[in-house]
Amino acid sequence: MSDGKDNSSIIQLFHVHKYYGSKKALVDISLNVSKNEFIFISGPSGAGKSTLLRLFYLGEPVSEGQILVDGMNLSRISRKKIHFLRRKFGIIFQDYKLISTKTVFDNVALVLDASGKKRKFIEKKVRSVLRTVGIEQKINALPPSLSGGEQQRAAVARAVVGIPKIILADEPTGSLDSDSADIILNLLKNFHAHGGTVIVATHDKELIRKTGGRILQLKQGRLLGSTPI
Amino acid sequence: MATYYHRAVQDIRDNGFLSSVTIITIALSVLIVSAFALFFTNANNVMNYWEKGVKIMAYLKPGTSQKNLHDIKRNIQEIYGVQDVSFISKEEAFKKLKKQMKRQSSILMNLNENPLPDAFEIRMTMSSQRSEKVEEIATKIESMPSIEDIEYAQKWLKQFTNIFDLFRLAGYTMGGIFFIAAVFIMANTIRLAIYMRREEIEIMRLVGASEKFIKGPFYIESIIQGTLGGMGGIAALFITFKLISSNVENSFKYELLDIKFLSPEFYCGIILCSIFVGWLGCYISLKQFLKA
Repeated sequence: MSDGKDNSSIIQLFHVHKYYGSKKALVDISLNVSKNEFIFISGPSGAGKSTLLRLFYLGEPVSEGQILVDGMNLSRISRKKIHFLRRKFGIIFQDYKLISTKTVFDNVALVLDASGKKRKFIEKKVRSVLRTVGIEQKINALPPSLSGGEQQRAAVARAVVGIPKIILADEPTGSLDSDSADIILNLLKNFHAHGGTVIVATHDKELIRKTGGRILQLKQGRLLGSTPI
Repeated sequence: MATYYHRAVQDIRDNGFLSSVTIITIALSVLIVSAFALFFTNANNVMNYWEKGVKIMAYLKPGTSQKNLHDIKRNIQEIYGVQDVSFISKEEAFKKLKKQMKRQSSILMNLNENPLPDAFEIRMTMSSQRSEKVEEIATKIESMPSIEDIEYAQKWLKQFTNIFDLFRLAGYTMGGIFFIAAVFIMANTIRLAIYMRREEIEIMRLVGASEKFIKGPFYIESIIQGTLGGMGGIAALFITFKLISSNVENSFKYELLDIKFLSPEFYCGIILCSIFVGWLGCYISLKQFLKA
Protein backbone atom coordinates (compact mmCIF):
# COMPACT_ATOMS: atom_id res chain seq x y z
CA MET A 1 0.00 0.00 0.00
CA SER A 2 2.85 2.34 0.78
CA ASP A 3 4.14 1.71 -2.71
CA GLY A 4 1.01 3.15 -4.26
CA LYS A 5 2.87 6.21 -5.51
CA ASP A 6 0.99 8.58 -7.70
CA ASN A 7 2.90 11.64 -8.78
CA SER A 8 -0.25 13.74 -9.03
CA SER A 9 -1.41 12.79 -5.50
CA ILE A 10 -0.21 14.70 -2.51
CA ILE A 11 -2.44 13.06 0.10
CA GLN A 12 -3.82 9.53 -0.03
CA LEU A 13 -6.01 7.85 2.56
CA PHE A 14 -6.60 4.11 2.56
CA HIS A 15 -9.50 2.79 4.64
CA VAL A 16 -8.84 5.17 7.48
CA HIS A 17 -10.75 4.77 10.75
CA LYS A 18 -10.54 6.93 13.83
CA TYR A 19 -12.04 5.89 17.17
CA TYR A 20 -12.19 7.68 20.49
CA GLY A 21 -12.78 4.73 22.80
CA SER A 22 -15.92 3.10 21.45
CA LYS A 23 -17.03 6.25 19.58
CA LYS A 24 -16.36 6.16 15.84
CA ALA A 25 -15.18 9.59 14.67
CA LEU A 26 -14.20 8.55 11.14
CA VAL A 27 -15.23 5.35 9.37
CA ASP A 28 -13.44 3.79 6.40
CA ILE A 29 -12.28 6.93 4.63
CA SER A 30 -10.40 6.44 1.39
CA LEU A 31 -9.39 9.56 -0.41
CA ASN A 32 -7.02 10.96 -2.98
CA VAL A 33 -5.99 14.63 -2.95
CA SER A 34 -4.14 15.80 -6.04
CA LYS A 35 -1.45 18.45 -6.11
CA ASN A 36 -2.80 21.97 -6.57
CA GLU A 37 -6.36 20.96 -5.68
CA PHE A 38 -8.71 23.20 -3.74
CA ILE A 39 -10.85 20.96 -1.57
CA PHE A 40 -13.60 21.69 0.89
CA ILE A 41 -14.47 19.20 3.57
CA SER A 42 -18.03 19.96 4.40
CA GLY A 43 -20.55 18.64 6.85
CA PRO A 44 -22.44 19.49 10.01
CA SER A 45 -20.75 20.00 13.39
CA GLY A 46 -19.41 16.75 14.76
CA ALA A 47 -19.17 15.17 11.29
CA GLY A 48 -15.41 14.65 11.72
CA LYS A 49 -14.03 17.49 9.56
CA SER A 50 -11.48 18.76 12.09
CA THR A 51 -10.54 15.20 13.06
CA LEU A 52 -9.80 14.40 9.43
CA LEU A 53 -7.58 17.47 9.10
CA ARG A 54 -5.70 16.54 12.29
CA LEU A 55 -4.93 13.09 10.88
CA PHE A 56 -3.16 14.66 7.88
CA TYR A 57 -0.46 16.32 10.00
CA LEU A 58 -0.36 13.65 12.72
CA GLY A 59 -2.12 15.89 15.20
CA GLU A 60 -3.64 12.54 16.09
CA PRO A 61 -2.76 9.02 14.94
CA VAL A 62 -5.16 6.94 12.87
CA SER A 63 -6.81 3.97 14.56
CA GLU A 64 -6.81 1.89 11.40
CA GLY A 65 -5.75 2.36 7.81
CA GLN A 66 -2.90 4.29 6.25
CA ILE A 67 -2.21 7.84 5.12
CA LEU A 68 0.44 8.96 2.67
CA VAL A 69 1.43 12.62 2.52
CA ASP A 70 3.76 13.65 -0.28
CA GLY A 71 5.28 10.18 -0.28
CA MET A 72 5.57 9.88 3.51
CA ASN A 73 3.75 7.01 5.15
CA LEU A 74 2.41 8.53 8.37
CA SER A 75 2.34 5.25 10.25
CA ARG A 76 6.11 4.94 9.77
CA ILE A 77 7.16 8.40 10.91
CA SER A 78 8.97 8.45 14.24
CA ARG A 79 8.18 11.15 16.79
CA LYS A 80 11.57 12.75 16.14
CA LYS A 81 10.77 13.21 12.46
CA ILE A 82 7.23 14.54 12.66
CA HIS A 83 8.52 18.06 12.03
CA PHE A 84 9.52 17.05 8.49
CA LEU A 85 5.88 16.14 7.84
CA ARG A 86 4.51 19.27 9.49
CA ARG A 87 6.74 21.55 7.46
CA LYS A 88 4.83 20.40 4.39
CA PHE A 89 1.72 22.02 5.85
CA GLY A 90 0.63 25.52 6.65
CA ILE A 91 -2.16 25.16 9.17
CA ILE A 92 -4.85 27.73 9.89
CA PHE A 93 -6.52 26.71 13.11
CA GLN A 94 -10.08 27.48 14.03
CA ASP A 95 -8.87 29.15 17.25
CA TYR A 96 -5.85 30.74 15.42
CA LYS A 97 -3.31 29.26 17.88
CA LEU A 98 -1.15 32.37 18.06
CA ILE A 99 1.32 32.63 20.96
CA SER A 100 -0.22 35.35 23.09
CA THR A 101 3.08 36.47 24.66
CA LYS A 102 4.87 36.93 21.35
CA THR A 103 4.41 39.70 18.81
CA VAL A 104 2.80 39.15 15.42
CA PHE A 105 6.29 39.24 13.90
CA ASP A 106 7.59 36.54 16.28
CA ASN A 107 4.54 34.37 15.72
CA VAL A 108 4.98 34.42 11.96
CA ALA A 109 8.79 34.22 12.15
CA LEU A 110 8.56 31.07 14.29
CA VAL A 111 7.99 28.87 11.23
CA LEU A 112 11.13 30.16 9.50
CA ASP A 113 13.11 30.16 12.74
CA ALA A 114 12.20 26.53 13.32
CA SER A 115 13.39 25.55 9.86
CA GLY A 116 16.74 27.26 10.47
CA LYS A 117 16.45 30.25 8.17
CA LYS A 118 18.82 33.20 8.60
CA ARG A 119 17.66 36.23 10.60
CA LYS A 120 17.99 38.68 7.74
CA PHE A 121 15.91 36.50 5.44
CA ILE A 122 13.29 36.02 8.18
CA GLU A 123 12.96 39.81 8.74
CA LYS A 124 12.45 40.43 5.04
CA LYS A 125 10.10 37.52 4.41
CA VAL A 126 7.87 38.12 7.44
CA ARG A 127 7.43 41.80 6.59
CA SER A 128 6.56 40.90 3.03
CA VAL A 129 3.95 38.31 4.07
CA LEU A 130 2.40 40.64 6.64
CA ARG A 131 2.16 43.31 3.95
CA THR A 132 0.37 40.81 1.68
CA VAL A 133 -2.19 39.92 4.35
CA GLY A 134 -2.58 43.61 5.21
CA ILE A 135 -1.43 43.76 8.83
CA GLU A 136 2.12 45.08 8.46
CA GLN A 137 1.27 47.96 10.77
CA LYS A 138 0.51 45.42 13.53
CA ILE A 139 3.94 43.77 13.30
CA ASN A 140 4.86 44.53 16.92
CA ALA A 141 1.41 44.01 18.40
CA LEU A 142 0.57 41.11 20.69
CA PRO A 143 -2.24 38.83 19.44
CA PRO A 144 -4.69 39.64 22.26
CA SER A 145 -4.69 43.29 21.14
CA LEU A 146 -5.81 42.33 17.59
CA SER A 147 -9.35 41.94 16.26
CA GLY A 148 -10.60 38.49 15.21
CA GLY A 149 -10.00 39.28 11.53
CA GLU A 150 -6.48 40.53 12.21
CA GLN A 151 -5.66 37.44 14.27
CA GLN A 152 -6.96 35.25 11.45
CA ARG A 153 -4.80 37.14 8.95
CA ALA A 154 -1.78 36.70 11.20
CA ALA A 155 -2.59 32.97 11.31
CA VAL A 156 -2.79 32.90 7.50
CA ALA A 157 0.54 34.76 7.28
CA ARG A 158 2.11 32.14 9.55
CA ALA A 159 0.60 29.35 7.44
CA VAL A 160 1.98 30.66 4.14
CA VAL A 161 5.31 32.17 5.21
CA GLY A 162 7.23 28.88 5.00
CA ILE A 163 5.87 28.25 1.47
CA PRO A 164 4.31 24.90 2.38
CA LYS A 165 2.97 22.41 -0.15
CA ILE A 166 -0.44 22.17 1.48
CA ILE A 167 -2.60 24.57 3.45
CA LEU A 168 -5.06 23.11 5.91
CA ALA A 169 -7.69 25.56 7.11
CA ASP A 170 -10.18 24.67 9.79
CA GLU A 171 -13.23 26.96 9.60
CA PRO A 172 -11.05 29.87 8.42
CA THR A 173 -13.93 32.32 8.15
CA GLY A 174 -16.07 30.93 10.94
CA SER A 175 -16.10 33.94 13.23
CA LEU A 176 -15.35 36.69 10.72
CA ASP A 177 -17.48 39.39 9.08
CA SER A 178 -17.91 39.06 5.31
CA ASP A 179 -15.15 41.59 4.44
CA SER A 180 -12.58 39.82 6.59
CA ALA A 181 -13.77 36.46 5.24
CA ASP A 182 -13.25 37.69 1.68
CA ILE A 183 -9.69 38.78 2.49
CA ILE A 184 -8.90 35.34 3.91
CA LEU A 185 -10.52 33.61 0.97
CA ASN A 186 -8.51 35.68 -1.52
CA LEU A 187 -5.31 34.80 0.30
CA LEU A 188 -6.14 31.10 0.04
CA LYS A 189 -7.03 31.49 -3.64
CA ASN A 190 -3.76 33.30 -4.21
CA PHE A 191 -1.82 30.46 -2.57
CA HIS A 192 -3.72 27.98 -4.76
CA ALA A 193 -3.02 30.04 -7.87
CA HIS A 194 0.69 29.75 -7.11
CA GLY A 195 0.52 25.95 -7.23
CA GLY A 196 -0.35 25.13 -3.61
CA THR A 197 -2.88 22.59 -2.42
CA VAL A 198 -5.64 23.90 -0.16
CA ILE A 199 -7.91 21.85 2.06
CA VAL A 200 -10.58 23.77 3.93
CA ALA A 201 -12.89 22.28 6.54
CA THR A 202 -16.04 24.36 6.72
CA HIS A 203 -19.79 24.29 6.94
CA ASP A 204 -19.98 27.75 5.33
CA LYS A 205 -21.91 27.09 2.07
CA GLU A 206 -21.39 30.68 0.90
CA LEU A 207 -17.62 30.27 1.12
CA ILE A 208 -17.78 27.05 -0.94
CA ARG A 209 -20.05 28.66 -3.54
CA LYS A 210 -17.71 31.65 -3.97
CA THR A 211 -14.57 29.56 -4.33
CA GLY A 212 -15.23 26.45 -6.35
CA GLY A 213 -13.20 23.24 -6.16
CA ARG A 214 -14.07 19.80 -4.89
CA ILE A 215 -16.37 19.17 -1.98
CA LEU A 216 -16.01 16.16 0.28
CA GLN A 217 -19.21 15.64 2.19
CA LEU A 218 -18.81 14.10 5.66
CA LYS A 219 -21.63 12.90 7.87
CA GLN A 220 -21.21 11.08 11.16
CA GLY A 221 -17.63 10.23 10.26
CA ARG A 222 -18.46 8.75 6.86
CA LEU A 223 -17.49 10.19 3.51
CA LEU A 224 -20.77 10.53 1.61
CA GLY A 225 -19.37 11.72 -1.65
CA SER A 226 -16.92 13.84 -3.57
CA THR A 227 -18.52 16.53 -5.72
CA PRO A 228 -16.74 18.96 -8.03
CA ILE A 229 -18.38 22.38 -8.14
CA MET B 1 23.08 27.67 18.22
CA ALA B 2 23.09 31.48 18.44
CA THR B 3 19.29 31.44 17.98
CA TYR B 4 18.92 28.91 20.81
CA TYR B 5 21.19 31.04 23.01
CA HIS B 6 19.19 34.22 22.33
CA ARG B 7 15.93 32.40 23.02
CA ALA B 8 17.37 30.96 26.25
CA VAL B 9 18.53 34.40 27.44
CA GLN B 10 15.15 35.85 26.50
CA ASP B 11 13.40 33.09 28.48
CA ILE B 12 15.59 33.77 31.53
CA ARG B 13 14.64 37.46 31.30
CA ASP B 14 10.95 36.69 30.79
CA ASN B 15 10.90 34.34 33.78
CA GLY B 16 13.18 36.51 35.92
CA PHE B 17 11.81 35.49 39.30
CA LEU B 18 11.83 31.76 38.61
CA SER B 19 15.33 31.94 37.14
CA SER B 20 16.63 33.96 40.11
CA VAL B 21 15.23 31.42 42.56
CA THR B 22 16.96 28.60 40.66
CA ILE B 23 20.29 30.42 40.47
CA ILE B 24 20.17 31.33 44.18
CA THR B 25 19.26 27.76 45.14
CA ILE B 26 22.16 26.34 43.15
CA ALA B 27 24.47 29.03 44.58
CA LEU B 28 23.44 28.14 48.14
CA SER B 29 23.94 24.43 47.52
CA VAL B 30 27.36 25.11 46.00
CA LEU B 31 28.21 27.43 48.92
CA ILE B 32 27.36 24.78 51.51
CA VAL B 33 29.08 21.92 49.70
CA SER B 34 32.21 23.94 48.91
CA ALA B 35 32.33 25.32 52.48
CA PHE B 36 32.51 21.71 53.66
CA ALA B 37 35.19 21.01 51.05
CA LEU B 38 37.15 24.07 52.16
CA PHE B 39 37.00 22.98 55.79
CA PHE B 40 38.10 19.43 55.01
CA THR B 41 40.90 20.50 52.69
CA ASN B 42 42.38 22.80 55.33
CA ALA B 43 41.82 20.35 58.18
CA ASN B 44 43.54 17.70 56.10
CA ASN B 45 46.51 19.99 55.47
CA VAL B 46 46.79 20.75 59.19
CA MET B 47 46.65 17.06 60.07
CA ASN B 48 49.28 16.21 57.47
CA TYR B 49 51.47 18.91 58.96
CA TRP B 50 50.94 17.53 62.44
CA GLU B 51 51.67 14.00 61.29
CA LYS B 52 54.94 15.11 59.71
CA GLY B 53 56.05 16.96 62.85
CA VAL B 54 55.29 14.11 65.21
CA LYS B 55 58.04 12.35 67.10
CA ILE B 56 58.09 9.48 69.57
CA MET B 57 59.38 10.07 73.08
CA ALA B 58 60.67 6.86 74.69
CA TYR B 59 61.13 7.22 78.49
CA LEU B 60 63.74 4.99 80.12
CA LYS B 61 63.23 3.03 83.31
CA PRO B 62 64.88 4.67 86.34
CA GLY B 63 68.36 3.37 86.96
CA THR B 64 69.15 2.49 83.39
CA SER B 65 72.92 2.53 83.27
CA GLN B 66 74.84 4.86 81.01
CA LYS B 67 76.62 1.93 79.35
CA ASN B 68 73.24 0.45 78.19
CA LEU B 69 72.25 3.71 76.53
CA HIS B 70 74.38 3.05 73.48
CA ASP B 71 72.80 -0.41 72.94
CA ILE B 72 69.27 0.94 73.38
CA LYS B 73 69.95 3.73 70.91
CA ARG B 74 71.37 1.26 68.39
CA ASN B 75 68.39 -1.10 68.84
CA ILE B 76 65.98 1.76 68.19
CA GLN B 77 67.94 2.96 65.22
CA GLU B 78 67.81 -0.52 63.67
CA ILE B 79 63.99 -0.39 63.51
CA TYR B 80 62.83 0.15 59.94
CA GLY B 81 61.45 3.66 59.49
CA VAL B 82 63.49 5.35 62.22
CA GLN B 83 65.51 8.24 60.89
CA ASP B 84 67.11 9.83 63.91
CA VAL B 85 67.43 9.02 67.60
CA SER B 86 68.74 11.56 70.11
CA PHE B 87 69.22 11.14 73.82
CA ILE B 88 67.75 13.68 76.22
CA SER B 89 69.02 13.34 79.72
CA LYS B 90 66.71 14.04 82.61
CA GLU B 91 68.81 17.12 83.52
CA GLU B 92 68.50 18.48 80.02
CA ALA B 93 64.75 17.79 80.03
CA PHE B 94 64.39 19.59 83.37
CA LYS B 95 66.21 22.63 82.01
CA LYS B 96 63.93 22.68 78.98
CA LEU B 97 60.87 22.41 81.15
CA LYS B 98 62.00 25.32 83.33
CA LYS B 99 62.61 27.38 80.22
CA GLN B 100 59.18 26.59 78.83
CA MET B 101 57.39 27.34 82.07
CA LYS B 102 59.12 30.76 82.41
CA ARG B 103 57.38 32.58 85.30
CA GLN B 104 55.78 29.41 86.66
CA SER B 105 59.22 27.76 86.88
CA SER B 106 59.40 28.73 90.59
CA ILE B 107 57.08 25.76 91.28
CA LEU B 108 59.87 23.47 90.16
CA MET B 109 62.30 25.04 92.71
CA ASN B 110 60.53 23.29 95.57
CA LEU B 111 61.14 19.84 94.15
CA ASN B 112 63.72 17.81 96.08
CA GLU B 113 64.76 15.83 93.05
CA ASN B 114 64.32 15.88 89.28
CA PRO B 115 61.17 13.79 88.59
CA LEU B 116 61.80 13.56 84.85
CA PRO B 117 63.20 10.36 83.33
CA ASP B 118 65.97 10.02 80.76
CA ALA B 119 64.49 9.71 77.30
CA PHE B 120 65.12 9.18 73.62
CA GLU B 121 63.57 11.47 71.05
CA ILE B 122 62.87 9.47 67.87
CA ARG B 123 62.09 10.92 64.45
CA MET B 124 60.75 8.89 61.59
CA THR B 125 61.65 8.84 57.91
CA MET B 126 59.18 10.60 55.54
CA SER B 127 57.70 7.32 54.37
CA SER B 128 57.01 6.18 57.94
CA GLN B 129 55.08 9.20 59.15
CA ARG B 130 51.65 7.66 58.58
CA SER B 131 49.89 6.94 61.83
CA GLU B 132 49.79 3.13 61.31
CA LYS B 133 53.57 3.01 60.72
CA VAL B 134 54.29 5.27 63.70
CA GLU B 135 52.13 3.03 65.85
CA GLU B 136 54.06 -0.02 64.65
CA ILE B 137 57.43 1.59 65.47
CA ALA B 138 56.10 2.77 68.86
CA THR B 139 54.95 -0.77 69.75
CA LYS B 140 58.41 -2.17 68.93
CA ILE B 141 60.14 0.47 71.07
CA GLU B 142 57.68 -0.01 73.94
CA SER B 143 58.44 -3.75 73.99
CA MET B 144 62.10 -3.09 74.73
CA PRO B 145 62.95 -3.99 78.36
CA SER B 146 64.62 -0.68 79.25
CA ILE B 147 61.71 1.42 78.07
CA GLU B 148 59.17 2.34 80.70
CA ASP B 149 56.74 4.35 78.62
CA ILE B 150 56.39 5.99 75.31
CA GLU B 151 54.48 9.02 74.15
CA TYR B 152 53.55 10.13 70.66
CA ALA B 153 50.97 12.48 69.26
CA GLN B 154 49.56 9.90 66.86
CA LYS B 155 47.72 8.42 69.79
CA TRP B 156 45.38 11.40 70.01
CA LEU B 157 45.87 12.26 66.35
CA LYS B 158 44.37 8.88 65.49
CA GLN B 159 41.34 9.57 67.64
CA PHE B 160 41.04 12.98 66.03
CA THR B 161 41.34 11.37 62.59
CA ASN B 162 38.45 9.05 63.42
CA ILE B 163 36.27 12.01 64.39
CA PHE B 164 37.48 13.86 61.33
CA ASP B 165 36.56 10.88 59.12
CA LEU B 166 33.09 10.93 60.65
CA PHE B 167 32.77 14.61 59.73
CA ARG B 168 34.07 13.84 56.27
CA LEU B 169 31.41 11.17 55.83
CA ALA B 170 28.77 13.64 57.02
CA GLY B 171 30.20 16.12 54.51
CA TYR B 172 29.94 13.65 51.63
CA THR B 173 26.40 12.73 52.66
CA MET B 174 25.34 16.36 52.87
CA GLY B 175 27.08 17.09 49.57
CA GLY B 176 25.12 14.25 47.99
CA ILE B 177 21.85 15.45 49.51
CA PHE B 178 22.43 19.01 48.30
CA PHE B 179 23.35 17.69 44.86
CA ILE B 180 20.10 15.72 44.62
CA ALA B 181 18.10 18.65 46.04
CA ALA B 182 19.64 21.02 43.50
CA VAL B 183 18.86 18.60 40.64
CA PHE B 184 15.22 18.34 41.74
CA ILE B 185 14.86 22.09 42.17
CA MET B 186 16.32 22.57 38.71
CA ALA B 187 14.01 19.91 37.29
CA ASN B 188 11.06 21.57 38.98
CA THR B 189 11.96 25.00 37.63
CA ILE B 190 12.20 23.68 34.08
CA ARG B 191 8.94 21.79 34.65
CA LEU B 192 7.24 25.02 35.71
CA ALA B 193 8.71 26.82 32.70
CA ILE B 194 7.42 24.06 30.41
CA TYR B 195 4.02 24.18 32.09
CA MET B 196 3.83 27.96 31.71
CA ARG B 197 4.75 27.64 28.05
CA ARG B 198 2.90 24.45 27.17
CA GLU B 199 0.68 26.27 24.67
CA GLU B 200 3.72 27.82 22.98
CA ILE B 201 5.46 24.43 22.82
CA GLU B 202 2.34 22.83 21.32
CA ILE B 203 2.16 25.57 18.67
CA MET B 204 5.89 25.20 17.92
CA ARG B 205 5.36 21.51 17.29
CA LEU B 206 2.37 22.16 15.04
CA VAL B 207 4.28 24.60 12.87
CA GLY B 208 7.09 22.10 12.32
CA ALA B 209 9.64 22.87 15.02
CA SER B 210 11.96 19.96 15.72
CA GLU B 211 12.46 18.51 19.21
CA LYS B 212 15.97 19.99 19.14
CA PHE B 213 14.56 23.44 18.39
CA ILE B 214 12.11 23.16 21.31
CA LYS B 215 14.45 21.56 23.84
CA GLY B 216 17.71 23.34 22.92
CA PRO B 217 16.92 26.65 24.64
CA PHE B 218 15.78 24.83 27.83
CA TYR B 219 19.15 23.07 28.01
CA ILE B 220 21.07 26.29 27.37
CA GLU B 221 18.91 28.07 29.96
CA SER B 222 19.66 25.44 32.61
CA ILE B 223 23.39 25.42 31.75
CA ILE B 224 23.47 29.22 32.13
CA GLN B 225 21.63 28.96 35.44
CA GLY B 226 23.98 26.18 36.62
CA THR B 227 27.05 28.23 35.68
CA LEU B 228 25.76 31.41 37.33
CA GLY B 229 24.70 29.45 40.43
CA GLY B 230 28.08 27.71 40.65
CA MET B 231 30.04 30.94 40.17
CA GLY B 232 27.80 32.77 42.63
CA GLY B 233 28.29 30.07 45.27
CA ILE B 234 32.08 30.08 44.85
CA ALA B 235 32.17 33.91 44.89
CA ALA B 236 30.11 33.99 48.11
CA LEU B 237 32.45 31.42 49.67
CA PHE B 238 35.52 33.36 48.58
CA ILE B 239 34.22 36.62 50.10
CA THR B 240 33.30 34.84 53.35
CA PHE B 241 36.68 33.10 53.36
CA LYS B 242 38.57 36.38 52.88
CA LEU B 243 36.65 38.04 55.72
CA ILE B 244 37.13 35.14 58.12
CA SER B 245 40.72 34.29 57.20
CA SER B 246 41.95 37.87 57.63
CA ASN B 247 40.41 37.93 61.13
CA VAL B 248 41.86 34.53 62.00
CA GLU B 249 45.32 35.44 60.70
CA ASN B 250 45.30 38.67 62.70
CA SER B 251 44.34 36.81 65.89
CA PHE B 252 46.63 33.78 65.51
CA LYS B 253 49.97 34.37 63.88
CA TYR B 254 50.65 30.70 63.86
CA GLU B 255 51.90 28.35 61.21
CA LEU B 256 49.21 25.78 61.88
CA LEU B 257 46.50 28.24 60.88
CA ASP B 258 47.82 28.92 57.41
CA ILE B 259 44.40 28.36 55.83
CA LYS B 260 44.14 28.32 52.06
CA PHE B 261 41.22 28.73 49.62
CA LEU B 262 40.20 25.89 47.33
CA SER B 263 42.53 25.21 44.43
CA PRO B 264 41.47 26.52 40.97
CA GLU B 265 41.05 22.90 39.81
CA PHE B 266 38.71 22.24 42.70
CA TYR B 267 36.44 25.25 42.26
CA CYS B 268 36.39 24.80 38.49
CA GLY B 269 35.31 21.23 39.23
CA ILE B 270 32.52 22.53 41.48
CA ILE B 271 31.32 24.94 38.78
CA LEU B 272 31.36 22.08 36.25
CA CYS B 273 29.39 20.05 38.76
CA SER B 274 26.75 22.78 39.08
CA ILE B 275 26.53 22.97 35.27
CA PHE B 276 25.96 19.24 35.31
CA VAL B 277 23.26 19.73 37.97
CA GLY B 278 21.53 22.20 35.65
CA TRP B 279 21.79 19.89 32.67
CA LEU B 280 20.59 16.84 34.61
CA GLY B 281 17.61 18.70 36.10
CA CYS B 282 16.64 19.86 32.63
CA TYR B 283 17.10 16.40 31.13
CA ILE B 284 14.87 14.78 33.76
CA SER B 285 12.17 17.41 33.28
CA LEU B 286 12.17 17.34 29.50
CA LYS B 287 12.18 13.56 29.40
CA GLN B 288 9.22 13.49 31.75
CA PHE B 289 7.13 16.34 30.36
CA LEU B 290 7.85 16.58 26.68
CA LYS B 291 6.97 13.03 25.74
CA ALA B 292 3.80 13.85 23.90
